[in-house]
Amino acid sequence: MSKLVVSSIGPASSVQDRGRHGVQRYGLVPSGAMDSLALAAANALVGNDPSAACIEVGPFMASFTARDGAVRVALTGSPRGADVAGRAIAMNTSMAIADGETLTLGLAKGGAFSYLAIDGGIDGGATFGSRSVNQRAGLGSPYPRPLQVSDEFPAKAASGATDRQIELPDLSGPIRVVLGPQDDEFSDEAKALFLDSEWKVSATSDRMGYRLEGPAIKHLHGHNIVSDGTVNGSIQVPGNGAPIVLMPDRGTTGGYPKIATVISADFGRFAQTPAGIAFRFKAVSMQEAQAEAKKFAALLRGLPERLRAIEGSELNIEALQDANVAGSAVSAIDARTWHAETPTENP
Amino acid sequence: MATPLPAPRLLPSGDSAVTVEFSRNIDDTANQRVLALDRALAAASVAGVTEAVPTYRSLLVHYDPETIDFGTLGEKLLALAAAPAPPAAKARHWRVPVAYGGENGIDLEDVAKALNLTPGEVVARHTSGDYRVAMIGFTPGWSYLSGLDKSLHMSRRQNPRVFTPAGTVSIGGVQTGIQCLAAPSGWHLLGRTPVRTFHLHREPIFLTEPGDRITFYQIDAKTFAELDRAAEAGEIIAELVAA
Repeated sequence: MSKLVVSSIGPASSVQDRGRHGVQRYGLVPSGAMDSLALAAANALVGNDPSAACIEVGPFMASFTARDGAVRVALTGSPRGADVAGRAIAMNTSMAIADGETLTLGLAKGGAFSYLAIDGGIDGGATFGSRSVNQRAGLGSPYPRPLQVSDEFPAKAASGATDRQIELPDLSGPIRVVLGPQDDEFSDEAKALFLDSEWKVSATSDRMGYRLEGPAIKHLHGHNIVSDGTVNGSIQVPGNGAPIVLMPDRGTTGGYPKIATVISADFGRFAQTPAGIAFRFKAVSMQEAQAEAKKFAALLRGLPERLRAIEGSELNIEALQDANVAGSAVSAIDARTWHAETPTENP
Repeated sequence: MATPLPAPRLLPSGDSAVTVEFSRNIDDTANQRVLALDRALAAASVAGVTEAVPTYRSLLVHYDPETIDFGTLGEKLLALAAAPAPPAAKARHWRVPVAYGGENGIDLEDVAKALNLTPGEVVARHTSGDYRVAMIGFTPGWSYLSGLDKSLHMSRRQNPRVFTPAGTVSIGGVQTGIQCLAAPSGWHLLGRTPVRTFHLHREPIFLTEPGDRITFYQIDAKTFAELDRAAEAGEIIAELVAA
C-alpha cells in the first residue's frame, strides 16, 4: 500500500476533522479543524466524505513524501508556496505525488492553517466519532499528538483521477459577532471600545485560544464569574482586559465574562487571521448571524459543484507566483509562536 | 400552590448555542434546576439540539440553526424550565480515596496555616464532607463538587500554576474538585486520588455524572501508588456505595 510520510514538520500540525461532539458535558471539548471550509474543500477535491480527517498544517514549513506508490492529495486553506518535486502547485487543487516525490510547503502567508486531504481519507480508529487530535486528552488517530517527522499515513494508490481545482468565494470584511452571553458585565463605553477598535491576534496564540492585542476592555463588576459553558468563538475578557477568543481546543467551561461570540460563518476566517495584522469586529443581530450560518452550511454542501478539472495545458499564474516563495522566508508576522500553555484560566 | 420559580435568562452564545442562566452565583437550588432542565431537554429530544452542557448555574444548549432558530428554541427551553422536570435517577454515591499532603498535596500545610487549622483538621473536615458533582468541565472528567465545609472556603491563588498533576483533589473558593488530567489551576492542592474520572480504555470512559454524590477517605502514599497502577490498568477504584 502506498503511503504519505512526514519528511519535515513544524509545530501546531495535527490530524483534524469536524471534531467529537456530544461529550462536552464530561469536559471533553470537540477539537476539530480551525477552518471548516478549507477542511471540506480539501475533502471535496479528492472525493472524500466532507467530514473525513485531513492533515492540518500549521503556519510553518512542512514536507510530505510518497512511498511505495503514488499518493493523491489536495491542498487548501492558508495560501503558501507549494511544489511537488519542483513543480509549482496552486492552492485549492488536487494532485498526484509520484512514488518518491516530495510535496514541499512554505510558510503560511496571509493565513495560518492549510489542509492536506489524502484520497481515501486517514486510517485509524475514531473516538466519539472523530480522529481529531486533542493532545491533553490523549486522543487523535492515528497519532494522539501533533505530527512528527516519519509519521506515516497509508493511502489508496493514486487512482489516476483528474487533477481538480475548486473556486472558493472571496470572504473578507470585519469579523462579525453576536454580543453576549455576558455583555451586561461591560459598560456601553467598553462595548463601543471593543467594537470600534482595531485588534491584532497576538503571537502567543494557539488552538485553545487567540489572545488579542488592542485597548484594555474594563469590566463593570470585576473579572470573575461563576464558570459556564464556552463555544468556538467565545470572546472572554480576563482581568488584564485583553480579550481571548476561544478556539477548538478550548476548555468546555470558563470563568471570565464573555463579551461577544464570533458568528459561526466567520469563525474559520477568523482562525486564519495572521498574527500582527489589524482587523475589526462588527456586531450583527441574531437573525443575521443565523441567516449567515445557513448560507455557510449551504456553501459547504455545494462544494462538489464548484469543482473543475485542471486542463493539462492550463498555465496557472497564481501557482507560479506561489512557487517563487516556496521555501523562502516570509515576514515573521505570519509565523506566530505556538505556546503549549493554556490561555484560559478556569479552576 | 408553590410560587412559580423565576424564569431563567436566555443569553445568546453565538448563533449555534444559547446559555440558559438560572443564577449568577454558585447556588444549589440553581444547580438543581440546571440538572432538571438538562433531564427535561434530553427527554423532550428537541430537533436541532445537538448537546447540552450543565454548569453550576446555567445550561449551555448547542443547536443547529439550520434546524431551529434562537427564538423557537428559546420558547421551548423556557417552557421546559417552567414545567415539572422528569425525576432524577437516584444519585449514585462514590467513595473516593485521597492521599493528602506531602508530594501528593503540596498546599496542605499552607492551607492549614491560612485557615488557622492543623493539616489533620483540614483533612478531617475535607473527608467529612458530603459532596455533589455540580458540573464537569474545563478538561475531561474535571468534577466540580459543591458542599465544601465553610471553614475550608479560601480564595484561589494569586498566581495560578501552569501545571498541576493528574488526580489532584483541590479546593478553590467555595468549591472542591477532582481533576483527572494534568492541567493549569489556581486552586489549592490538598491531595491526589488514584481514581480516573476519565479513562479512554475502561468502561465507562467517564466515571462521574453531574448529580452524583461523592465522599472522600484518606489513604497513605504507598496505597496511593498501588491503587494508581490498578487504576491505570482500567480498574474503577472508587467504591460505589449501595443506596
